[in-house]
Amino acid sequence: MSAVRCINLCKTYRQGDQDIKALDHLSVEIEKGEFVCLMSPSGGGKTTLLNAIGGLDIPDSGEVWIADERIDQMSKGQLADLRLANIGFVFQAYNLIPVLTAQENVEFVMQVKGVPAGQRREKSFAILEEVGLKGLESRRPAEMSGGQQQRVAVARAIVSRPELVLADEPTANLDSKTSAELMELFTELNEHHNTTFVIATHDQRVQAYAKRLVRMLDGRIVDDIKQNAA
Amino acid sequence: MHMFFVLSRLAWRYLWRNHRRTVVMLSAIAVGTWAMIFMTALTRGMVDQMIVDGISVIPGHVQIHDPDYLDDPSVYNRVALSDTELTARFHDAGFVAWASRVRVPAVVTSERESRGVTLLGIDPQAERSFSFVDYDAVEGRFLDGADDKGVVLGAKLADTLETRVGKRVVLMSQDPDNEIADRGFRVVGLFHAEIEVTEESYAFIGKRTAQDMLRIGDTVTEVVFVGDDYRDVEPLVANVMGRVDDSVQVSRWTEVDTYLGTMMGMMDGFMLIWVIVIFLALSFGLVNTLVMAVFERIREIGLMLALGMKPASVLGQIIIESMMLLAVGLLIGDVLAWATIKPLEGGIDISVVAKGMEMFGASSMLYPNLSIDDVILANMVVMILGFLASLSPAWRASRYEPVEAITKV
Repeated sequence: MSAVRCINLCKTYRQGDQDIKALDHLSVEIEKGEFVCLMSPSGGGKTTLLNAIGGLDIPDSGEVWIADERIDQMSKGQLADLRLANIGFVFQAYNLIPVLTAQENVEFVMQVKGVPAGQRREKSFAILEEVGLKGLESRRPAEMSGGQQQRVAVARAIVSRPELVLADEPTANLDSKTSAELMELFTELNEHHNTTFVIATHDQRVQAYAKRLVRMLDGRIVDDIKQNAA
Repeated sequence: MHMFFVLSRLAWRYLWRNHRRTVVMLSAIAVGTWAMIFMTALTRGMVDQMIVDGISVIPGHVQIHDPDYLDDPSVYNRVALSDTELTARFHDAGFVAWASRVRVPAVVTSERESRGVTLLGIDPQAERSFSFVDYDAVEGRFLDGADDKGVVLGAKLADTLETRVGKRVVLMSQDPDNEIADRGFRVVGLFHAEIEVTEESYAFIGKRTAQDMLRIGDTVTEVVFVGDDYRDVEPLVANVMGRVDDSVQVSRWTEVDTYLGTMMGMMDGFMLIWVIVIFLALSFGLVNTLVMAVFERIREIGLMLALGMKPASVLGQIIIESMMLLAVGLLIGDVLAWATIKPLEGGIDISVVAKGMEMFGASSMLYPNLSIDDVILANMVVMILGFLASLSPAWRASRYEPVEAITKV
């Protein structure tokens, strides 16, 4: 069963006098439980594709399906519901809400969903321990390192066990040890919970963990390889 | 409901993210609220005092007269019922106080000067509780009863007439046949009033003495009634109307003195305008604070939208933030107003400007009146207009596209 299906996606941005084709008649299908790396040079279209899959950006044409729902024609409210229920996001930076503690950040999505306080607390403590942040629950983002912040963001993305996790350069601000730990965590979740991961990255180290590498150039897929992960 | 708590916590935390800005804005709201309530209390106190003083001169909350008396207040237009009949009808009617009286224009003459006055023939015991004259503070003495043969003048009038207690004056008016009705009276007392013009305008004699002088038997020109509250005279009007027929006219105090009646209505309008004007000044600061608060966290708003928060929730979060700011500011302002008005309720001496105030019928003491209705009005206006003022920045925040907001530098 497809977790994600993109059919003939086009997206053009205007930059000054130039039209930039971020997605150029791109089609791709990702099965449930896959661990996919989107790779391209800067401006290759991987973030645009990730945003289109997450319903953050609407393509100019084409179709985006998440499981059996077509999302490119949904309203903002429907897209918000979809993201809340099915998708976990990890962004490159500005990942956390600065006025909330680590634990509150992790609880945020559950709180919006209406999960009872006791359950939220239990889950958030457990997931923070899982990502190695036990004891830092009451720290605010400004009191944590970049790596710790990124791990909080990962914890928030996976705490509700979404079917799909979209990560945009999740290791960009991390040292190699923290990057490896993060990728191990992703791999574990992928294997144990069958969570589908789509990760946009430049990072060669991340590619080693992926079971499928999708290379993009100028908004098109130029290579799509299945491999044995590390 | 759970979203309300989520948004409230976020709003509260964001409010205190920039302490200095929030404290400055809270101070502005608190001072504005204090100014609204304090000025309103002073103005209401002044107007209430003017109305109460005015009603004590009228006097009473409701009066009955001959239908032509208010147009032509002469002895010819007397109440159709005799004093005996009036007593039978009103004695046990449950009024706070009531009195029948003779009120006619007259001239008072001393050996040196003459002045036009309003001559009041009264039963002093019946009017003691609502008269504008403090009987115990009268220089000399006040009237002993309805048969008293003396006259009590205002101190200012006595000055003008160059007379004093113990001297004689002549009161002259007309009887119902338009014949001169006059009599010599010994000045037995001089009264003082808050307003000088009142001291110049009235002369008090016993009611029966006045009836004898004017040759009107036991008839009167007006009957006055006092109820529980001058703001709500309708129950009193209904009670009086139920005891008289069409031969007399029942008038509320607002109809007897239309200037005072208009002032009371105008007061509420003035309060509303005053509160709105102050809020408009505040609203610039409020909108600026909210715009800045939204502007500096566009990326975070984008993040929340990306994580699945609906645009309506972002809108709600900014509005709740604004409402919290206003509520805290209002609370501080309310407490500040209460703390500054309460100690002044004993009265503020404004005698320095009292001469000017007399033009408006106000006395030289100002008693601030902290009315709960005015406090509610000020708070409601600020909350409602604050809500409207916060809509624009909140709406803008909720319209951000998550992907654009997240990448905003």
